[in-house]
Amino acid sequence: MNQQSTEGIVLSAQGLIKRFGGITATNNVTLDLRRGARHALIGPNGAGKTTLINLLTGVLDPTEGRITLEGADITQLAPHERVRRGMVRTFQINQLFDTLTPLETLALTVSQHQGMGGKWWQALGSNGAVIQRCEQLLEQFHLTTVMDQKTNVLAYGKRRLLEIAIALACEPRVLLLDEPVAGVPAGEREELLQTVAALPADVSVLLIEHDMDLVFSFANRMTVLVNGTVLTEGDPDTIANDSRVKAVYLGHGDEIAMEGAHG
Amino acid sequence: MKDSLNPLLVNRRWKPWEAVLWLIALVSPLLLPSHALIINEIAIVALFAVSLDLILGYTGIVSLGHAAFFGMGAYTAALFSKLVMPDPTVGLLVAVVVATLLGAICSMTIIRGSDLTRLMVTLGVGLILMELANKLDWLTGGADGLQGVVMGPVLGRFEFDLYGRTAAWYSITVLLILFVLARRIVHSPFGATLKAIRDNRLRAMAIGIPVTSRLAVIYTVAAGMAGAAGALLAQTTGFASLDLFEFHRSADVMLILVVGGTGWLYGGVAGAIVFKLMQDVISAITPQYWTFWIGLFLVVLVMVGRERLLKPWTWFARGGKA
Repeated sequence: MNQQSTEGIVLSAQGLIKRFGGITATNNVTLDLRRGARHALIGPNGAGKTTLINLLTGVLDPTEGRITLEGADITQLAPHERVRRGMVRTFQINQLFDTLTPLETLALTVSQHQGMGGKWWQALGSNGAVIQRCEQLLEQFHLTTVMDQKTNVLAYGKRRLLEIAIALACEPRVLLLDEPVAGVPAGEREELLQTVAALPADVSVLLIEHDMDLVFSFANRMTVLVNGTVLTEGDPDTIANDSRVKAVYLGHGDEIAMEGAHG
Repeated sequence: MKDSLNPLLVNRRWKPWEAVLWLIALVSPLLLPSHALIINEIAIVALFAVSLDLILGYTGIVSLGHAAFFGMGAYTAALFSKLVMPDPTVGLLVAVVVATLLGAICSMTIIRGSDLTRLMVTLGVGLILMELANKLDWLTGGADGLQGVVMGPVLGRFEFDLYGRTAAWYSITVLLILFVLARRIVHSPFGATLKAIRDNRLRAMAIGIPVTSRLAVIYTVAAGMAGAAGALLAQTTGFASLDLFEFHRSADVMLILVVGGTGWLYGGVAGAIVFKLMQDVISAITPQYWTFWIGLFLVVLVMVGRERLLKPWTWFARGGKA
């Protein structure tokens, strides 16, 4: 990789390696996320995209390598501490609070984000600013009509929206989206991604997605991951015309990845 | 959103039936003077169950060693009255402080590991404390228990009477105070983060909730409340014995909570009433085999479901949802 200036780099992974027993899921990945980037992480199934997100967010500890956020080394930080520093993720498979309602879920998330998560003497929802923010999120994600129903009875589409809404309730500086529109009906995908694209310009987004049309309409930077290794990185045009990337998606990924790693 | 429309605040508001319930509880020693002793016992067990609900029902920590804090509170209160002063309120406060400290220490053991390891650790702590109370017999009376606890009047005015009326009022009042506290906790942002941890620990971390410190805090609070329950028992019976630390106490209180319903503060209260009354009634009929009926009841309750058991008219309804 070129020696670029580190200015404007918000999140940086250097030489990340993760081994599970004999399997190397992430092999020497170096990735820089610039301020305000709309950065897509693509690659075939099993390329290690979700593992990389898990490493970045602290769900998994890397075997080797270093992660910095806003210049500070966060490799050893617990997941919740990384969130406090502004890095928030969504999950490929919905991770929701099933017995709570969307309103309760968002109210507790916003309260936590605003530093009130430890308060035990006042009621959840008694803070005007929190409620206002919740209303705004419920509206934005079309959850107002179901805000008072238990999350486990909601339709899949609503659950998916809540999944994303929770992350945005944390007002991320760096947002990692793991296949956010998976399972969302085609008509609603665009809108969901537009919500993400409309985030403030200085919020950096890393997106994992399989739908190439969506990826190319969204991203201004792309990284291709194959077999746990970065095959190439560049702007969407470069990636679209890269013969190795085409080959990966036409099904000769393994050989190409080897070449890419060696050459 | 107007406050009157805000579902979060509506849930939290005190309902009329709650006020009625507590009024009935407070006058019950007058209405049923001959049953004051069992009313006292119910209030104590209810408090113990509510404290367990904070960690089991609201946070999802399964503990089989909750009696450790109950016993600690009881022995502290009993020793305090014997060695320092007989005032019950001060003794209660001291017992709560000691049980809370013990909870804070033990909380370090429950923040790591899987549910099963946690279960074993809580069990182990209970056993250790019981053996300590047994071996330190110069202080605790060992296997004979700590006898001759004499209590002064509550607040310097209300003497404990033989019929247990003062005891019942004392216990119900303490239950009410701590219940209000627990109610406040579970409806707060802090309480909501506990439910989030219970429902999905991975996501709880992913929205910035410091899971381990939350677990430690609520475990400590619950320990203090269990200690209060233990202290009430020692103070109102004038006795503390090794039995307070025993495994069956931890199991009983979990059973009571399951009978009444977890994750609902009145579940502990309802469970305590049902359990104690059943114990009282059935053991009067068949003193040796009452646990058989309790066991049968529990099996039926869990298999059929509380909801359906309470609504017999749904038994024969077709198509499930009633």
